[in-house]
Amino acid sequence: MTEQRSQAEIVRQSLKKRYRKERRFRLYGMVAIFIALASLFILFADIINKGHTGFIKTTITLDVSLDGEQMYLTDPTDAEQRSMADFSAPIIAALEELIPGTETGAQRRELKGLVGNYAPNEISDLLRANPELLNTTQTFEFQAHDQVSVYVKHADDPKYSIRLSEQQQEWVDYLQGQGVIDTSFNDTLFQRGDSRDPGNAGILGAIVGSLLTMLVTLVISFPMGIAAAVYLEEFAPQNKITDFIEVNINNLAAVPSIIFGLLGLAVFIGLFGMPRSIPVVGGLVLALMTLPTIIISSRAAIKSVPPSIREAAEGIGASKMQVVLHHVIPLAMPGMLTGSIIGMAQALGETAPLLLIGMVAFIVDVPEGFFDSATVLPVQIYLWASSSEQGFIELASAGIMVLLTFMISMNALAIWLRKRLERRW
Amino acid sequence: MQTAHLLLLILVLTPVAYSLALMRSRAVAEPLGGIRNLKALPFYYAARAALWCAIPALIVLGVWAAFEGRVIQALVIASLPQDAWPEGAGRASLMLSQISNVAAGKLDATMVPDYIAAASSVLEDLRDRSENFKATLVILIAILGAAFAWTRVAAHINARENVERALRWTFFFCAAVAVLTTAGIVFSVLFETLRFFERVPISDFLFSTSWSPQTALRADQVGSEGAFGVIPLFTGTLLISAIALLVAVPTGLLSAVYLSEYASKRARSVIKPLMELLAGIPTVVYGFFAALTVAPFIRDLASMVGLEASSQSALAAGLVMGIMIIPFVSSLSDDVINAVPQAMRDGSLALGATQSETMKKVIFPAALPGIMGGILLAASRAIGETMIVVMAAGLAANLTANPLESVTTVTVQIASLLVGDQEFDSAKTLSAFALGALLFIVTLALNVVALKIVRKYREQYD
Amino acid sequence: MSINQTVASKAALENEMRTPAQETTVETQREGIAVEEGKTVGTPYSDNPKFKLRNVEVFYGENRAIKNISLDIARNEVISFIGPSGCGKSTFLRCLNRMNDSIGICQVKGELLLDGENIYSAKNDVVELRARVGMVFQKPNPFPKSIYDNVAYGPRIHGLANRKADLDEIVENSLRKAGLWNEAKDRLHDMATGMSGGQQQRLCIARAIAVSPEVILMDEPCSALDPIATAKVEELIAEMSESYTIVIVTHSMQQAARVSNRTAYFHLGHLVEVNETTKVFTSPEHELTESYITGRFG
Repeated sequence: MTEQRSQAEIVRQSLKKRYRKERRFRLYGMVAIFIALASLFILFADIINKGHTGFIKTTITLDVSLDGEQMYLTDPTDAEQRSMADFSAPIIAALEELIPGTETGAQRRELKGLVGNYAPNEISDLLRANPELLNTTQTFEFQAHDQVSVYVKHADDPKYSIRLSEQQQEWVDYLQGQGVIDTSFNDTLFQRGDSRDPGNAGILGAIVGSLLTMLVTLVISFPMGIAAAVYLEEFAPQNKITDFIEVNINNLAAVPSIIFGLLGLAVFIGLFGMPRSIPVVGGLVLALMTLPTIIISSRAAIKSVPPSIREAAEGIGASKMQVVLHHVIPLAMPGMLTGSIIGMAQALGETAPLLLIGMVAFIVDVPEGFFDSATVLPVQIYLWASSSEQGFIELASAGIMVLLTFMISMNALAIWLRKRLERRW
Repeated sequence: MQTAHLLLLILVLTPVAYSLALMRSRAVAEPLGGIRNLKALPFYYAARAALWCAIPALIVLGVWAAFEGRVIQALVIASLPQDAWPEGAGRASLMLSQISNVAAGKLDATMVPDYIAAASSVLEDLRDRSENFKATLVILIAILGAAFAWTRVAAHINARENVERALRWTFFFCAAVAVLTTAGIVFSVLFETLRFFERVPISDFLFSTSWSPQTALRADQVGSEGAFGVIPLFTGTLLISAIALLVAVPTGLLSAVYLSEYASKRARSVIKPLMELLAGIPTVVYGFFAALTVAPFIRDLASMVGLEASSQSALAAGLVMGIMIIPFVSSLSDDVINAVPQAMRDGSLALGATQSETMKKVIFPAALPGIMGGILLAASRAIGETMIVVMAAGLAANLTANPLESVTTVTVQIASLLVGDQEFDSAKTLSAFALGALLFIVTLALNVVALKIVRKYREQYD
Repeated sequence: MSINQTVASKAALENEMRTPAQETTVETQREGIAVEEGKTVGTPYSDNPKFKLRNVEVFYGENRAIKNISLDIARNEVISFIGPSGCGKSTFLRCLNRMNDSIGICQVKGELLLDGENIYSAKNDVVELRARVGMVFQKPNPFPKSIYDNVAYGPRIHGLANRKADLDEIVENSLRKAGLWNEAKDRLHDMATGMSGGQQQRLCIARAIAVSPEVILMDEPCSALDPIATAKVEELIAEMSESYTIVIVTHSMQQAARVSNRTAYFHLGHLVEVNETTKVFTSPEHELTESYITGRFG
């Protein structure tokens, strides 16, 4: 008895130290989780911080008197005249009216530097379409020059260098006060493709390109993935060939994505001679990359269909194929769908393989078909992020916000679908 | 006809074949007393006809379209006078684009040598003939196929078996695509790699310690001795991956332990998806974060402490990559820890061990092989990662272990060598494929080992 | 307030929602026999008991699994718990070393006193309790470590041995008491999982003994063993009863008859009868007990 009592004493004495260790251990665990979640939070905060201004555009609203004499233009329909005309003159004139006391040539150049580089093009386009508007006064909402935009949005940010002169800054402040320079939602971002000028650049081209590429990927990998999974789960005999196929699939699932780019470069572009940078090729490469993921998740979905259903169908006299087509696939479909959506979301964010097949070109037009040159959203972000032009940083961040929104919605959709269509056996 | 139009045509012919066969099967069934006297439902006869119409035609169309371009190109080059034949693949592609520009009217025929102009008309001619041939062949095959199946509509023919067999083979081929893909990867990389080793000896590649892939465009160009030693690239990859693992493994493991042992169900249901979110973020976003936020931060931090850090430090890339990998380690460890039978936990708790003691002395050692496998998989992911390092790590090969310096990795080199203009046969471009081969082999080996370990571990408990 | 208590009662893993066999569809009224709550026939109480259990109730969420049980467990006795599946014997057993703590929705009410102290009170530590009240499980669960390390695990974590020599001694003594020393002494550092089922279970018993507990709880310890191994373990139980108080849950009435002094019959969460073993099996006092042992249900 006494021996046992003293044992209990020993145990009691060790307790304090052990509980201290226990608390420390728990603490480590919480710290680890905190680090992971904090990184996530910091990442998001940083992107939003950098990107929210990308959704703002700066405009200058001017009443421009389209004086033919000033522009050296009498007939706007004549191409040769148009190419020689000076479309910035009326813009400068309009600005001069608003800001009194500007006379010297240098000052006029500085005034011109307030509006975006494409402002004269707007006048030219308008007159070509409506030549009767020559010598009238029209109101234009011009994109402000990038440097003005930087000044208006980021004057207090040390990371940005303001390239406006003191004089120009004064003017901008004054015009802002007058309401002539204003900020609004950047709809250009969603209406245009890429551009050399951050103010005119948009992600519409990239979004459409991504959409087309994703469509190709989906159309190829979804049916093939399901077919392969069905074969492996339902029809494949237990032999070396099947093992070999399975080994291949598992390996491909872990191959770095850039290798698929090499494959696309060598086979689709090299061997088949397909053009670079088109959604079809991008879609093919991404399909090969997503296939293993879809196969693996579809197999899991098929496995979860209970054998009792199969037995019941076979008992009525359905053939194996009929059991699979009429019963197994429909019942496994929710799992297969969620797996595919998640696979698509991953493909949406892929960049490296598409770089290798050439989707890295500077493409201004919004692609219209599957065989037009295109780029995708992550590549566009990459190009902007690597640009030395500071205005592109906020655009890249804004692009990231759009991309993340797509991906989070796709994942949320997958989760919602899974909950909605889940069946409890 | 163009390929796309042919596709559409096949799409239209197929339902026609289907309906015709359907009608025939019903017609055949009537005098016999109904469709139950047929060996298969009318649907199957019709489906068979549809398959016979569509599939052979599509296969022929696919193969023709895939190789049409290359074959025509070869024929056009062959048609040139012998003294005009191009000497290298680069010259060949230049000539070909000239020829096709003339054919398309973008280039004026008077501005090019005669043989180019002549070749352009050969090109046009070949293209026309190919189009016509293709169209005729495909349409013929489609119709013949449908007709064949139509004649095989009879009561004693079990069309269901035919259709199902066709389906089974289709499914098999879809599964075999995985093998084809691997074969594709191996061959596409293999040939170029072998060509590379014709120019640069393999011992140089594997053992030389300098990487500077500039090759001379002209024989007398100065300062362009190419050095193709892969060791600095590998050390760069290893340095960044090591930093990443150093971040991810403790964080991931401890998170997994906390989530599986201590967290409430509600906390788990909130935290787990959030951590999975880390894995879902595209790598280009991480690269952006690393290059534009973390790297300057580290540089400034280092200079505050008196150290010098490059603005493309390995530390920045490694840190961010580590964050990306945390969910890999965490969720694999979580699975493995949960696989340890509850009986083991009960045994330990019943002896009076605390939860941390049970975890540290019983569960963790039992789960160790599985966790090791998970870490290897995470390492393989880190080694193969491209975008984070492309954006945040440098281009200059640097043999160093200092995380504050800039290094380059295998994946960065592959990307930078192949993006942009390429000279087809230069050692520079081919070296990218050799690097790709190396990367493929290494990640494959890691994955195989990891899967073996995890599988052996799982057998212990099943 | 021990950390383990708060932590353990909240750590409910998803595949950890083990609710031991709940009520089966056995009717409470069978052949007109009623069970009165809280009333136990026979000799449920003793003098100076090791365990004094009064009005114990156990809830799984809304479900009341143990209904108002009161029982004494005498020092150095071997008492067996018998009853049909799902009657609550394992649940009750697990209250005695607070293993039910790790099941989140499980709630224990009532007075459970070990040597006069309430084991569920906040100031009594569960780790300490488990060093005094050991447990052997139904399926042998040796750790995937060596035989030596398995037995040494308990003493190591509780700090019961200061030097290697002391630890060696504890291991040898425990293995001897479990009747495993001769078979194990030449392979102390081999993996425990390489032993046969019977040997593994004896190892688990040795492991439990190594901590020098006062009470040993056994939850159907032989149900996964073949008859020869079972015989060996039962021999062991007889020897161990000289130094330990043993509570054994068993499905086999024959086993209860062979090894225990008293037998307690449980029925759907009620404690129906407790008596000397021979009496329970030859002339049971309660009709339900009689129906069970004569095989009318179970």
